[in-house]
Amino acid sequence: MPTIFIDNKPFEVKAGKNLLEACLSLGLDLPYFCWHPALGSVGACRQCAISMFKDENDQKGKLTMACMEGVKDGLRISLTDTTSKAFREQVVEWLMTNHPHDCPVCDEGGSCHLQDMTVMTGHDYRRFSYKKRTYKNQYLGPFIHHEMNRCIQCYRCVRFYKDYAGGKDLDVFAAHNHVYFGREKDGVLESPFSGNLAEVCPTGVFTDETLRQHYTRKWDLTMAPSVCTHCSLGCNITAGERYGELRSITNRYNGDVNGYFLCDRGRFGYEFVNSENRIAKPIIRNRVGEAVDEDTLMTHLKTIFKHGNKFIGIGSPRASVESNYALMDLVGKDNYYNGLSEFENLLAKLVAKTLQSGTVRSASLKDVEKADAVLILGEDVWNTAPMLALSVRQAVLKSAAAEALQQTPLPQWHDAAIRELVQEERGYFANITLAGSALDEIANYKLHSSPDDIARLGYAIAHIIDPGSPAVKNASDELLTKAKEIADALLKAKNPVIISGTGCLNEPLIKAAHNIALALNSGERKAEICYVMHESNTMGLALTQAFGLDKAIERTEREEGLSVVILENDLYRSLPGNVVDRFLSRCKNVVVLDQLNNATTVKAHVLIPSATFAEADGTMVNNEGRAQSFFQVFNPASNYVREAWRWLYAIKDLNAAPGNETFPHPDEILSRVEKDYPMFSGISKVSPAHDFRVNGQRIPREPRRYSGRTAIRANISVSEPRPFQDDDSPLSYTMEGYDGIPPSSLIPFFWSPGWNSIQSVNKYQDEVGGALKGGDPGVRLFEVDKSKPKTYFEHIPYPFTAKPDHLLLLPQFHVFGSGELSIYTKAIEDFAPEPYAALSEPDAEKMGLSDGSILNVKIGEKKIAFPVCVHKAISNGIVLLPAGLTETAGAIWGAWINFSANGHS
Amino acid sequence: MERPLTEHIHPNRPALNLKEYEAVGGYAALKKVLKDSSPKQVQQAVQDSNLKGRGGAGFNTGMKWSFVPMDNAPRPKYIIANADEMEPGTFKDRLLLEGSPHQLIEGMIIAGYAIQADISYIFLRFAYKDAAKILRKSIQEAYDAGYLGKNIQGSGYSLEMYLHTGVGRYMCGEETALLNALEGKRATPRAKPPFPQVSGLFGKPTIVNNVETFCCVPHIIAKGAEWFKSISKSEDGGTKLYGVSGKVNKPGLWELPMGVTIRELIEEHAGGMKNGLKFKGALPGGASTDFLTEQHLDVKMDFKSVAAAGSRLGTGTMIVLDDATCPVGFVHNLQHFFAQESCGWCTPCREGLPWVEKVLLSLENGEGKKEDLDILHMHTKFLGPGNTFCALAPGAMEPLESALKYFADDFEKHIRDKKCPYHN
Repeated sequence: MPTIFIDNKPFEVKAGKNLLEACLSLGLDLPYFCWHPALGSVGACRQCAISMFKDENDQKGKLTMACMEGVKDGLRISLTDTTSKAFREQVVEWLMTNHPHDCPVCDEGGSCHLQDMTVMTGHDYRRFSYKKRTYKNQYLGPFIHHEMNRCIQCYRCVRFYKDYAGGKDLDVFAAHNHVYFGREKDGVLESPFSGNLAEVCPTGVFTDETLRQHYTRKWDLTMAPSVCTHCSLGCNITAGERYGELRSITNRYNGDVNGYFLCDRGRFGYEFVNSENRIAKPIIRNRVGEAVDEDTLMTHLKTIFKHGNKFIGIGSPRASVESNYALMDLVGKDNYYNGLSEFENLLAKLVAKTLQSGTVRSASLKDVEKADAVLILGEDVWNTAPMLALSVRQAVLKSAAAEALQQTPLPQWHDAAIRELVQEERGYFANITLAGSALDEIANYKLHSSPDDIARLGYAIAHIIDPGSPAVKNASDELLTKAKEIADALLKAKNPVIISGTGCLNEPLIKAAHNIALALNSGERKAEICYVMHESNTMGLALTQAFGLDKAIERTEREEGLSVVILENDLYRSLPGNVVDRFLSRCKNVVVLDQLNNATTVKAHVLIPSATFAEADGTMVNNEGRAQSFFQVFNPASNYVREAWRWLYAIKDLNAAPGNETFPHPDEILSRVEKDYPMFSGISKVSPAHDFRVNGQRIPREPRRYSGRTAIRANISVSEPRPFQDDDSPLSYTMEGYDGIPPSSLIPFFWSPGWNSIQSVNKYQDEVGGALKGGDPGVRLFEVDKSKPKTYFEHIPYPFTAKPDHLLLLPQFHVFGSGELSIYTKAIEDFAPEPYAALSEPDAEKMGLSDGSILNVKIGEKKIAFPVCVHKAISNGIVLLPAGLTETAGAIWGAWINFSANGHS
Repeated sequence: MERPLTEHIHPNRPALNLKEYEAVGGYAALKKVLKDSSPKQVQQAVQDSNLKGRGGAGFNTGMKWSFVPMDNAPRPKYIIANADEMEPGTFKDRLLLEGSPHQLIEGMIIAGYAIQADISYIFLRFAYKDAAKILRKSIQEAYDAGYLGKNIQGSGYSLEMYLHTGVGRYMCGEETALLNALEGKRATPRAKPPFPQVSGLFGKPTIVNNVETFCCVPHIIAKGAEWFKSISKSEDGGTKLYGVSGKVNKPGLWELPMGVTIRELIEEHAGGMKNGLKFKGALPGGASTDFLTEQHLDVKMDFKSVAAAGSRLGTGTMIVLDDATCPVGFVHNLQHFFAQESCGWCTPCREGLPWVEKVLLSLENGEGKKEDLDILHMHTKFLGPGNTFCALAPGAMEPLESALKYFADDFEKHIRDKKCPYHN
């Protein structure tokens, strides 16, 4: 490790870093704007100037930009010398010549990097006495608000949006002191990563438009560490509340998972928590005054759970491990069904088992970013797991850079120079999907095919890599040529990642992906695999290998008089309406716990309000197999809104003999989970137990500057109530408590003295851009077992052939529209696609259909008319319908369906 | 006195076409190089001639070429002529472009051969419409005659050449910004290192030289490095195109041995100051060089001597300030240009130059305050080399800093009298 001298004091620093990174990692305060740990250095803002000295006799030094100078053994610099201090102060004064003095009305105020840096440099009085330049703001859509006058031209927005995320509709225009950052004209930002602009922007040019609708200063939010519920990746989020309303979601850094960024579905899809459609009171149907109080509810539940009624339970992939376990505990393991439809369950269990077996390591998002070759087999990750698509993009950029740097060495942080050197070169990335994806533009190899044919290709690739893996019988030359090309490219890699998932509803595909990764693994090559699943806790559900919905239905057909408890699961989304209708009608009692009214809750005999992620503590397991905790952000206005596990244990204890109550502490639930299911081993260590304290103090959910505590409820009662006591976690609902850096899984918000913006995350890392102090949050539940022999799957499908009069029904996912809960955000609902049926050109022609003509598809017993969309990339014999819309709820994906074209039937 | 660069340029006659150029010895140097010399030998010859870059920085051209990777080098390699002549007061390349296009083309091909370039570009200033026309024609002639394209003159060496016309940004004269512009990106400069010789156009090894620099090359090859050094009056080799503008009797442009004095330029070639006016100072090498004053009239116009006097030779085209012109207004005019031409990439230049411009305007309008001078001085200090991303702002500060030094009285008078003393 090189030693550098900062103000004559020696420090050991990491080689290969620049001086800014070195100083920040040492915990020193050196202001900056254009540099970003994920974006690297470009040297534009000149804010991080320091003085550099030739040797210890050099007293004068030379101003140097810390972000553009690598560390070198023996280097001598100063942060405190008058010249560099004056220069840094001057840079802020320059920026302030045009920056408006609108902090009091600016959304960024109080969490503004520019404010922090201004104070840090000491600039105060204004000498510039001329007019400021002004701009016109643009309408950028419902997510991001634009206020160009505040711009300090750090260029981070375009560097993130274009370079990092591949967006095309945000750019920099004009020149000199009138450069403009925006779109070519007003309009909705197209990238599904646009929300990150609000965090990347060091001031209030780009701000969260949804927060603006119910604005609160960051310091006035009650915040808790949470986990995104909108896909299976489990990105870490900070959720903030005020006045009983969830106000904003911001990034919670996790170096292994989402790093510094979130997708827009995750960031903005939170409005369901505040929805008017929330279930606020328990309901017992078919009686006068259906909404009941707790006593009535419990009395009723006590009755129906007592009278020899046999209950089955239906779990949910969007409910926590704790809630699903509580349901198991209530109804008994043998009566628990995990709530996944037959096929999805089969696939989810297969993925879980495959990863659990330890033959191939499952890749985190960070692992994907570090891959030197990526193969996507079937999964449309852009839509099913957007942040994974962002990681793939970084992988192909980084691996191309690594290649170029071998010939022309440059420091890793030198972003602009590396981009210049790399140009349009991309690391190896083969993207094989059903109907193309936005990622195709960065793929060196792209192919659109049917799931079975993609699986065959996958098996063929694996066989070329390792002839010990099963060969594809009757493989065409064409297939073998394609397989050879991909196999050859993968063999050149040292850390290839194979990505697949359950989105294609194809079992052989998942197996083929595993075979490739397994075949690639060798002494010097470490292949990893990444499977995308459907919901935020699908993995947690699948790990128990429980039966799915199909078995529950079979059981009710077999057994009379069963009752059911349905946990946070709208069955009508995964099964045809007539099937669910019959199932529910055969159940004597239907008890439903859920957060929002839906088709299933309408049929509930007893409906119990359950808490969303924002009102609950719990644990979820992401697609990687990483168990992560989320913490309650606030107490909902309705006292009836509680974690499902809390209700379920309360129900369980209703008929327990006194002294035999089992109601556990949440910590206890996880210990029981671990005991009952060894595959969850480690889950109780995800975050510290509820009685964890630092110096006897809790971790406060509210910043020290939280205001209005005594007045916030004054309209209800002038006496301030005692703060709500959290017995479930080490967090408190106050601003008092430990103000240092808590364990990484317990960080309610990032803040450090002088660092009020999200950039304060620097202070929570050992090394800027690296892991959080003490390690990134989450516990991986499975790791590679090197003793495992190479066991290949042998389930090779026949070549896909279209069937006459039938179409294979497959889902087309959409970032905006396919999520069950995110759709409650108005803007996301607006971006959801209109229903359509996508067909291949030849199929459409054969049926006499063209764009806009009608294809009638039977979903359950309902015949639904879908406007046709003729698609060039789809294989013949397949129809794609948008997943997650009301119109496609209950569709049996992966099934061959009857259809009728317009006019014919 | 030899005038190799302009010998065949006549104000009243169109530029030589290929045939005419060949008739006066054109392309002989190229043929000689292709037949007799290795690329390294060409580099050495140019290095030996002590040819220094005529764009203003004055770096040894042959040495610059020697930094280009030769063995197992990334391909394609590029050779680029910087013909984006936009330095205020500078019009020397225009003469060469319009007057002797084949001289430039030949120089570029020889340079291309020396670094084994595959593709060449002439990046031409937007406003040089006539030059564009004649260059296009001349490039075609060179292709037709087998001086460009595949297997030039049977040598096995190939070079493509394209003319690229800019859209009129001063910034594009900065070589790395030129490269970005040529790639279709914003004309913002790049950080150095990496230098273009290693990672230039499209990330490949690239040499960017000024038009006049390239024009010297055929003559160095034809007559030798020693000859080139012998025609100079200084240690820098060759002749130089010197220009004088301002209130002199005969503003103009002359090819003279490198190292003539300022006095000789103004008095002999430019015909002295106009009647009734006195020489007050001059920017020796374009708008971004420091003022020199009467005490410097005997300074030799070569890179080292001008630098020793506290300024830069720059482009060698001088702007003269007379005693009836307000130096504050003069500098304000320059700062208006520089502020407008800032690319907007780095903070000090983007925000500092407009501030300087506004301060100078208020001084000129009689609205200046004493503290304004502090602000100007602060900028001359903080917009120095290394503090900004490229040389534009430091260049802009050179006339300002020297004006504050030599014409301090004028600045103070503006503040004291609350008006410009040069205007009634």
